[in-house]
Amino acid sequence: MKRYWLLLNNKCNWIFILLVWSAGAIANAPAGSAYNMTRGATELSHKVYNLHMVIFYICCVIGAIVFGLMFWSIIHHRKAKGATPAQFHGSLKIEILWTAIPVLILIAMAIPASKTLIAMEDASKADMTILVTGSQWKWHYKYMEYPIEFYSLLSTPRDQIENNAAKDDLYLRDVDKPLVLPTGKKIRFLVTADDVIHSWWVPDFAIKKDANPGFINETWAKIENPGIYRGQCAELCGKDHGFMPIVVDVKTPEAFDQWVAEQIAEQEKAKAAEAARGLMTKEELMELGKTIYDTRCAVCHQSGGEGLPGAFPALKGSVIATKDKPAHIHMVLFGKPATAMQAFGKQLTAAELAAVITYERNAWGNDTGDLVQISEINAALSAGE
Amino acid sequence: MSQEHSQSIESANTHHADDAHDHKPQGFSRWFYTTNHKDIGTLYLLFALLMLFTGGSMAMVIRAELFQPGLQFVDPHFFNQMTTVHGLVMVFGAIMPTFVGLANWMVPMMIGAPDMALPRMNNWSFWLLPCAFTILLSTLFMEGGAPAAGWTFYAPLSTTYSNDSTAFFVFAVHLMGISSIMGAMNIIVTIFNLRAPGMTWMKLPLFVWTWIITAFLLIAVMPVLAGVVTMVLTDKYFGTSFFNAAGGGDPVMFQHIFWFFGHPEVYIMILPAFGIISSIVPAFARKPLFGYESMVIATASIAFLSFIVWAHHMFTTGMPVAAELFFMYTTMLIAVPTGVKVFNWVATMWRGAMTFETPMMFAIAFIVLFTIGGLSGLMLAITPADFQYQDTYFVVAHFHYVLVTGALFGIIAGVYFWIPKWTGVMYSERLGQCHFWCSLISVNMLFFPMHFVGLAGMPRRIPDYALQFADMNAFISIGGFLFGLSQLLFVWVVFRCIRRKGEKATAQVWEGAEGLEWQVPSPAPYHTFQTPPEIKSGH
Amino acid sequence: MSAGYQHYYVPHQSHWPIVGAIALFLMGFGAAHWVNDDFIGPILLTIGFGMLLLMLFGWFGNVIEESMSGLYSEQMDHSFRQGMSWFIFSEIMFFAAFFGALFYARMISVPWLDGAGDNAMTAAVLWPNFEAIWPLIKTPAGVETQAMPWEGIPLINTLILLASSVTLQFAHMGIEQQKPAQLGFFLMLTIILGFCFLALQGYEYVHAYEELGLRLDSGVYGNTFFLLTGFHGMHVTLGAIFLTVIFLRIAVKGHFTSEKHFGFQAAAWYWHFVDVVWLNLFVFVYVL
Ligand code: HEA
Ligand code: HEA
Ligand code: HEC
Ligand code: CUA
Ligand SMILES: [Cu+2]
Repeated sequence: MKRYWLLLNNKCNWIFILLVWSAGAIANAPAGSAYNMTRGATELSHKVYNLHMVIFYICCVIGAIVFGLMFWSIIHHRKAKGATPAQFHGSLKIEILWTAIPVLILIAMAIPASKTLIAMEDASKADMTILVTGSQWKWHYKYMEYPIEFYSLLSTPRDQIENNAAKDDLYLRDVDKPLVLPTGKKIRFLVTADDVIHSWWVPDFAIKKDANPGFINETWAKIENPGIYRGQCAELCGKDHGFMPIVVDVKTPEAFDQWVAEQIAEQEKAKAAEAARGLMTKEELMELGKTIYDTRCAVCHQSGGEGLPGAFPALKGSVIATKDKPAHIHMVLFGKPATAMQAFGKQLTAAELAAVITYERNAWGNDTGDLVQISEINAALSAGE
Repeated sequence: MSQEHSQSIESANTHHADDAHDHKPQGFSRWFYTTNHKDIGTLYLLFALLMLFTGGSMAMVIRAELFQPGLQFVDPHFFNQMTTVHGLVMVFGAIMPTFVGLANWMVPMMIGAPDMALPRMNNWSFWLLPCAFTILLSTLFMEGGAPAAGWTFYAPLSTTYSNDSTAFFVFAVHLMGISSIMGAMNIIVTIFNLRAPGMTWMKLPLFVWTWIITAFLLIAVMPVLAGVVTMVLTDKYFGTSFFNAAGGGDPVMFQHIFWFFGHPEVYIMILPAFGIISSIVPAFARKPLFGYESMVIATASIAFLSFIVWAHHMFTTGMPVAAELFFMYTTMLIAVPTGVKVFNWVATMWRGAMTFETPMMFAIAFIVLFTIGGLSGLMLAITPADFQYQDTYFVVAHFHYVLVTGALFGIIAGVYFWIPKWTGVMYSERLGQCHFWCSLISVNMLFFPMHFVGLAGMPRRIPDYALQFADMNAFISIGGFLFGLSQLLFVWVVFRCIRRKGEKATAQVWEGAEGLEWQVPSPAPYHTFQTPPEIKSGH
Repeated sequence: MSAGYQHYYVPHQSHWPIVGAIALFLMGFGAAHWVNDDFIGPILLTIGFGMLLLMLFGWFGNVIEESMSGLYSEQMDHSFRQGMSWFIFSEIMFFAAFFGALFYARMISVPWLDGAGDNAMTAAVLWPNFEAIWPLIKTPAGVETQAMPWEGIPLINTLILLASSVTLQFAHMGIEQQKPAQLGFFLMLTIILGFCFLALQGYEYVHAYEELGLRLDSGVYGNTFFLLTGFHGMHVTLGAIFLTVIFLRIAVKGHFTSEKHFGFQAAAWYWHFVDVVWLNLFVFVYVL
């Protein structure tokens, strides 16, 4: 038998030491680095970070001892050095020792972990409550104490995703309308979903809670400093799971109150404007329709209306979009239960609904010439399902 | 085993090992109708290699897409199919069948049995696998594509919101399940019933022990998987609502049932590798295995614990705190028996007389890298920290360390260790070492940085990512391609042996190896033990 | 281990395994096409099923032939017995998955939907009108059904199955004490009881669908009810066929001796297993 021990000289040991050292160095890089867990912005997130680091170091020490002994043996107890094998094959004492010591180490880890966990799961006595609902592929936020609710969607343009434009700094991390929260208040999040399971994850709050359809999970945060905190959906939820960011804009309580007032005023204004709106022209409808379609519908039905065969139907040339207008309106307003087709009646304004349906009936060669007006939408909405 | 004794068996056997005595059927009927454990073992191994490359090619698609931010090669829907099918093919097509193949080859030889206990069923178990994977992979060419809900196929993404492939996936899993259950039954019955006289329980090689326990796990949890996919089927096609709150069910119920299967499943993929390492380390340390009994007890404890830790995959699903604490503690406990195994291997090397042929190199790499994977597993078990790790690349790093540098490296070590026995020729040591170093370096380039992108916040199962992860991902992808290319070397080494290119191997093959399989000539005759061998000494 | 395996029989090559594999392939592939409403599905499924039957006949035929010509040692017999025991264990685990689903629904998901544990908000925000009771006669979405009482057919069926286990035991005593008349009579009786059970179960299903509005898709109560009783019914069917084959082997071919009757025993084990599953079903699906 040839011996290839030359390949394994002392360098090996060095490689190993280097590895452990670099792991430590990388992980210990300043908070917020691109290589380690964030320290975050709440008391609990700091605790989680510390827990993570302590356990990481314990693991490094265990690794160093175990691998150290092994490599010592590899270097010194090799046949090429004339070692003769010992014949021992057991020792009850040492077996007991290396069963007991790990148990003690584990107990030492479990105590702080349990304490932190129990604190994290106590969402009682909150100052305010937000209902967070995930759906394919956007987040909906509802302030339980205020008449405010809205959707929050990825705002990165398609062009950047498809490499037709330069990617900006916030590539895939920005939304059209962030969740706004105050500092210093205990905020309770009720997390749920409309369709599949999503998971609401904001690393800076050390919060990751699954959004299970039909159930509500509770979690909470008390944020120390104003700032913008970013996260992402953390449960595979279908095609665009990777395109479902979360942005939380945290303001001082005063600034927050001001924001609330502004929101309410704006909503009133928009409602009034919509009510005052009469007939829309084809150009108006088509223009608004295209924007809505591209932001809200194209994720499934694709920008050319061709759909994804087997998953999402084509609208280009489809029966509904070229012939049966009432069915088309009904489909968009109320969706189709137990499919990915959501009810958009509550998500969009009447003008937007009218526009997007008009657009679908006239784009990509679906030249029906039909116009859908706000009044038709309102009639269909009040007729109900 | 005294030296003279093994020599005498050796010469006696070499004398008889004339191929003419072997009555080997040829051609089509040999491979399709066979009842021979070695032929079936070979079929399993070749099939698994094919699947490793299939799943590996999908991993290459994943890594190519993730090389840079932005959508480059595939659309997100197809990306999800790649992730899903990669996981399924690797788990059910590559790792598990390889272990069954190794068991088929080695278990009868190690315990001195003439063949497997139920040889025809053995053949059936194998041929179900190509059937199952034909069904599964055919969905890639269907409208709507392959399953895309992850290898864990969480409902309702896999039920209400899935495409037509679901039914194909479900029936494919049923066939895989039938195959695994029958395979496991066969192995367990063989070990219980066909040991040569004198081959007492505490003389069994550890590979055999780990396989008994693995087989038990398989029989216990594969039916549960069959049950849960059946519920997926009825939820999607027959209007049931097991996983639908509107009907009184719960999507999280899916996860409980799935992980009741899924967690023991990951030990199914590692225990036989523990067995292989426990055979290799003593052979090259020329020293008996340290703590044989504690190895057996540790394996059994791991198997037992594996049934009560499943919900550590579900810490973020919103379980009651008491349940979270329970599953955290039980999960952490698994570190203890696993630690015993690691320490025993180190103690076996301690004061041995080691040489470092390729099997030993892979075994050493296994011990180090599996332990790294195990330690990251322990970090994941810490529930509050898991809230930050869950569904990020930190998890991906963890499970590739235990699966690729654990299970797969264990398998590769085993193949180098036993291939002289199978083919009768030594593999090329030069190529073997080259394969080892290329794999070792590239695999760490591939999976080590994943820990850090994960910690920094990159979720798994995404086709595109934010800019701060770009450099790391490019590096990871390069590691991935290099690792993939390195495996071509492996195939080359194996095929050289199959084509009998290389030094002729002796019966003993390795100076320090012990056990019945090293007493029959190399290549092992078509029918090994016509009469039971005599078992003289310990393990 | 004293016996050794000097006479261990390694069977010759056989084409049945691969026929069986292809049969199951066609069945799986066909069934998948079928549920997706593809016309080719039922065709493939039927062909596959035919092949499966052919395979079973051929394979078991071979085994029986070999066994009758005395090729099998005692050790082989052990292998068959252990194989059968592990097979039954795997079946138990299959049922365990569905019982698990039942317990989960009863003890966790349904109460949670009504606010139990820390789920007050689930009930308040999402399902304000839902009330948790078991059997779940009104789902959160509002689908209504009636519960299946245990006093009628289920109770009779329980008695039938219990009786069949006893009669099977008598048949077994018949074979061991070489009393062919007793064996034949009680085996026949067991089979008849088995088919009675199935007939009543069928009647119960019709009753459930037509009068109670209890259906496969009427929420988690209906799901668990039909899947548990349905899979059990499938096992009763298989067991009854198994026993029938044994009966024919005894009556027509004169197989089995008082010492060697593993085929009979395997069928008996299977039957007792199915019986025990039913007892659990009766308690947890019907009574409690
Ligand atoms: C071969 C497969 C394998 C193995 C062996 C393991 C082993 C372990 N795994 Fe892993 N795991 C997976 C495969 C595996 N895992 C897969 C595939 C997933 C992801 C599935 C998916 O979501 O797709 C996963 C995910 C996973 C999670 C969920 C993560 C998440 O999604 O949030 C967790 C959490 O607890 C976990 C924990 C552990 C632990 C504690 C071990 C332990 O068994 C490890 C024990 C070993 C050691 C600890 C090292 C050696 C011990 C010593 C040197 C002794 C001294 C040590 C101490 C005292 C600390 N694993
Ligand atoms: C069981 C074993 C196993 C094995 C061996 C592997 C092997 C590899 N896996 Fe694995 N992986 C899983 C099990 C496994 N994986 C599972 C269970 C998941 C989770 C799935 C899910 O989320 O649902 C996963 C997910 C997963 C992801 C995450 C995907 C995502 O979250 O989106 C990634 C990403 O990099 C990845 C990469 C790789 C790579 C590069 C390899 C490499 O080791 C592969 C090396 C092998 C080859 C490459 C084949 C051989 C060579 C050729 C074909 C020649 C051609 C080569 C070139 C062109 C270079 N895997
Ligand atoms: C998350 C995915 C998704 C989004 C977003 C989506 N749809 Fe759909 N849509 C579907 C699916 C799936 C169907 C098919 C439902 C079925 O099974 O019949 C569908 C069906 C339709 C149909 C009927 C097509 C036919 O021929 O039957 C119309 C019209 C339609 N959608 C319009 C829209 C409009 C308008 C929007 C945006 C405002 C939109 N969809 C957004 C998934 C989606
Ligand atoms: Cu929503 Cu992932
Ligand atoms: Cu696990």
